[in-house]
Amino acid sequence: MLKDITIGQFFPGDSAVHRLDPRVKIVLTVAFIVLLFLAEGPISYALIVAFLAVIIGISRISPGLVVRGLKPILFIVVFTAVLNLFYTPGEYLWQWGFLHISREGIRLAIFMVIRLMLLIIATSMLTYTTSPIQLTDGLERLLSPLKKLHAPVHELSMMMSIALRFIPTLIEETEKIISAQKARGADFESGSLVQRARAMIPILVPLFISAFRRADELATAMECRLYRGDIGRTRMKQLKIARVDICAMVICAALFTAVLLLRRYGL
Amino acid sequence: MSTILETRGLTHIYGAGTPFERKALDHVDLKIEKGEILGVIGHTGSGKSTLIQHFNGLLKPDEGEVLLDGQSIWNEKGKCARETRFRVGLVFQYPEYQLFEETIAKDIAFGPTNMGLPQDEINERVLESMRAVGLDENMANQSPFALSGGQKRRVAIAGILAMRPEVLVLDEPTAGLDPQGRDEILGLVRDYHKQSGATILIVSHSMEDIAGLADRLLVMDHTKVLFCDTPRAVFSHANEIIAAGLDIPMITKVMLELKKRGHDVDTSVYTVQQALDALRACKAKGGAR
Repeated sequence: MLKDITIGQFFPGDSAVHRLDPRVKIVLTVAFIVLLFLAEGPISYALIVAFLAVIIGISRISPGLVVRGLKPILFIVVFTAVLNLFYTPGEYLWQWGFLHISREGIRLAIFMVIRLMLLIIATSMLTYTTSPIQLTDGLERLLSPLKKLHAPVHELSMMMSIALRFIPTLIEETEKIISAQKARGADFESGSLVQRARAMIPILVPLFISAFRRADELATAMECRLYRGDIGRTRMKQLKIARVDICAMVICAALFTAVLLLRRYGL
Repeated sequence: MSTILETRGLTHIYGAGTPFERKALDHVDLKIEKGEILGVIGHTGSGKSTLIQHFNGLLKPDEGEVLLDGQSIWNEKGKCARETRFRVGLVFQYPEYQLFEETIAKDIAFGPTNMGLPQDEINERVLESMRAVGLDENMANQSPFALSGGQKRRVAIAGILAMRPEVLVLDEPTAGLDPQGRDEILGLVRDYHKQSGATILIVSHSMEDIAGLADRLLVMDHTKVLFCDTPRAVFSHANEIIAAGLDIPMITKVMLELKKRGHDVDTSVYTVQQALDALRACKAKGGAR
């Protein structure tokens, strides 16, 4: 069901990972992704996997949940692996028509699968341990230099937090509507593609209507509380870099250096 | 009377295996008689909405079974026949949010169309259920979105009635309505019951609403059945009901207060008429002054 989608979900907690400053977490996650594509050898990947495992351990998020979060992207992972496997030129080990498998292809396919999965796990860990509000707050602060260029940073981050805030609400709403239409005998599981697409209408129409209604209500509620955008707005929770943030940065810097060194030796 | 719906050891757990795991129903055993009106009452989160979604197979029990006319609604392959949905009509809370068609008639026809009925029968059922919920026939071609909230709800209820379910389940049909709208909807339910003889389950957290309507009351508390009996028998346990976070009808409170002050009155009454009778009986005994 829709509720099983865990990507982008937040699991409240009080671990060191949860308490990290969202700015630090965002920057380190981006750095980590770069690192994933810099790493070249098995030892580097072993190091990275160990690092992620430790983070999952500290955050007290159940590993089973993290693995289940990979399910929705399984198709993309397999697809990428197959493409890399068959279309990488090099020393051919097997050939049939236009399909061929090269030594480089196998290597690349394996690395791509590992990279993609680690990428999803790392970014999931960011959203699992950071509340949407913190996330957009951090993003807004990180992008605030762009305000000088008149980029609507605050508005964008506000839109993002509203969108994130409404994902669970709309999922719940969708499930309710699906149940209600099923109670009237709606059938979403059988029939041709066209029939199935048509079967979505009884869900989409009420969903859109309710989304617009909610947007309208929210706008009124914000206006009632005198929301006027960025200017003159203060924050209840000030973001501050604490000792735990500095620790995290040092550890990540060490990992970065290690992987770069290993890269020089092709490990 | 014979049993139409039955649950045996019905248990349901939400989000099994995630940090959000929560038991919603815990071994619920229940028998619903053919033709009765059963009021289902419970505090928010007591499991009443989860319970009723098991009756038409929208939710699958994690343990136990649901029997419709003596037959389990889930077959050996773990599938629920679509027919169950037509035999047990479920009107969700705020059903007006599920309307989607261009005209009232088309929206009401959604259920019967899914049943695969011939067009003339569908038309007949649409008109019949519009009448049953008190909508004027010449509104049939209007857009449902132009109606008021209360009227939208009637359209949505008509959409379920048009399937002519043997069991009609209404989840908080009066939620968010003004007192007049509430009385109208409850009146409709009563009339429909008289006319069709269908079994009706009506969920509410307001005792006042359904005490006068239901033949029996099912009181849910924290995933379990607290009471399932006639209103009189249920309200004789007033203190336990209050402990479950539920209110009792105003008139029952009055009688309890009278009793506290030393008058020997019957405290299991729940309508003003019954209270009057009880007071008269008390006076005849020479108890009340």
